Amino acid sequence: MENQPPRTMIEKIVEDIKNTFGEDCLVRYEDAGLQPVLSVNPSYLVQLCAWLRDNPYYHFDFLSNITAVDYYPEPRFAVVYNLASLPFQYQLTLRVELDNDRSSDHLPELPSVSSVWRTADWHEREAFDLMGVFFNDHPDLRRILMPDDWQGFPLRKDYEDPEEYHGIPIK
Amino acid sequence: MDVKYNAGYNKYKDRIQQIGSTEMVINMGPQHPSTHGVLRLELITDGELVKEVIPHLGYLHRCFDKHAESMNYTKAIPFTDRLDYLASMNNSHAFVMGVERMLGIDQKLPKRVEYIRALVCELNRIASHLIAIGTYGIDIGAFTPFMWCFRDREHIMNMLEWTSGSRMLYNYIWIGGLYYDLPVGFEERCKEFVDYFKPKLQELDDLLSTNQIFISRTANIGVLPANVAINYGCSGPMLRASGIKWDLRRIDGYSVYPELEFEIPVGKGEMGAVGDCWDRYKVRVDEVRESVRIIEQCLERLTSDFKRTVDFDPRALVPRKVNIKAQQYYVRAENPKGELGFYFETQDKTDIPRRVKARGPSFNNLSVISELGKGVLISDLISILGSIDIVLGEVDR
Repeated sequence: MENQPPRTMIEKIVEDIKNTFGEDCLVRYEDAGLQPVLSVNPSYLVQLCAWLRDNPYYHFDFLSNITAVDYYPEPRFAVVYNLASLPFQYQLTLRVELDNDRSSDHLPELPSVSSVWRTADWHEREAFDLMGVFFNDHPDLRRILMPDDWQGFPLRKDYEDPEEYHGIPIK
Repeated sequence: MDVKYNAGYNKYKDRIQQIGSTEMVINMGPQHPSTHGVLRLELITDGELVKEVIPHLGYLHRCFDKHAESMNYTKAIPFTDRLDYLASMNNSHAFVMGVERMLGIDQKLPKRVEYIRALVCELNRIASHLIAIGTYGIDIGAFTPFMWCFRDREHIMNMLEWTSGSRMLYNYIWIGGLYYDLPVGFEERCKEFVDYFKPKLQELDDLLSTNQIFISRTANIGVLPANVAINYGCSGPMLRASGIKWDLRRIDGYSVYPELEFEIPVGKGEMGAVGDCWDRYKVRVDEVRESVRIIEQCLERLTSDFKRTVDFDPRALVPRKVNIKAQQYYVRAENPKGELGFYFETQDKTDIPRRVKARGPSFNNLSVISELGKGVLISDLISILGSIDIVLGEVDR
């Protein structure tokens, strides 16, 4: 139903990434599920995304979606990037794993890809707003769906609703 | 909390507080009729010119993701109806396709179920585009098309209400099937509607598309080049109006769309530049025509090869409990507004997903407004916003 690249092509992408960025760029490559996933080392993320976008053989020029996932009670988060290539009609999933102790002074951090795809701007703001993932070098990182003075990150699994907001009872 | 985490908000606050003596901050919305819902655009203007557009969302945020993560897949379907509430059928179709694919039953569905799904989705697409066209006319000052569009849309609403029991929020497409088969006589009534609607659509097209005032207000306004559209994640009529033939019904070929004949209209710049407001409007009009074609083909097959039988059970494949092993999956489908995606991350031994994220097409299409709205007149900003065709239920989710 969906347009997955043929397995040989995914393997070629993995090979190419290793040749260009070195062995430690990709943490893992999973192809057991319906859609193959490349787990990426966050320090290579922006370079890798720019390379995937501009490479004439892959041309992943369309960022469909960014999702932040909370693995409560485990102390880790993940950020998932769903890419698509308009000329070649393929899809690709990138994934960044982040360990974090869930304190409000220490949010999980990773570099922003909004310099590669401008659409990442709002997706990253949403991830910051609802899941509390901080994106470095983002041009305008503030809350997007919740009010600017909201406390806490509602989509985290350990989030508890406040009793009131500006004197308005919520519960 | 760390100062760093508030830096973005402080930067925005400083920008508003330190506006120059020739600038003025104007709030457009959240209760402004031309924003099509509760959207607030904060404009920094210099006289009639818009220097900067800062959109503020979230007035209609209803925590779709959180709801979907706290209940099982079947219970989440009514919530998907409320995303883009003008095209509920298309929303639940996308969600259900994703779950079916993860369950591995997507290839086993009876053809009649698939054709009914395509039929109701295309009816809903017409209804959604009629609202887009009608309200766009009224944004610009044409009142009659609005009345005509709502008159014709009401026929579709009545038919879908007859089918599902609800006027706008249907919960009709279920995981593994449908709520019920089509009511007896639906095919005939739908055929009658198509015969009635075709000349009306032509009439609408003649009235609005070549109207000189309408052209002056839309041609060469808000020109969106293709590379900018792609970079901002625009999809659907927005992307096609910029000249890119990208329709997921063709690209992914889901449901029975590979068996149906239809064209993909793209913007040609007939009245101005490619990707202007007029092109976005025209692509929608042409898409309604193609949807009518699809409906005719669906009706033809639903009354011949896959016609109503006594023993047909649209719920035959509906699972009692949706048991999906831990995996991740991103499903996408072509909604009237663009690419609607659902990202699922499931967990073992429970029918409640760990993570569901809805990727609303309006959310991404709207993000380009700050780019398109730079340096235009305030009245043109209304034109541009109307041509994007947003639904706030989906922007805020």
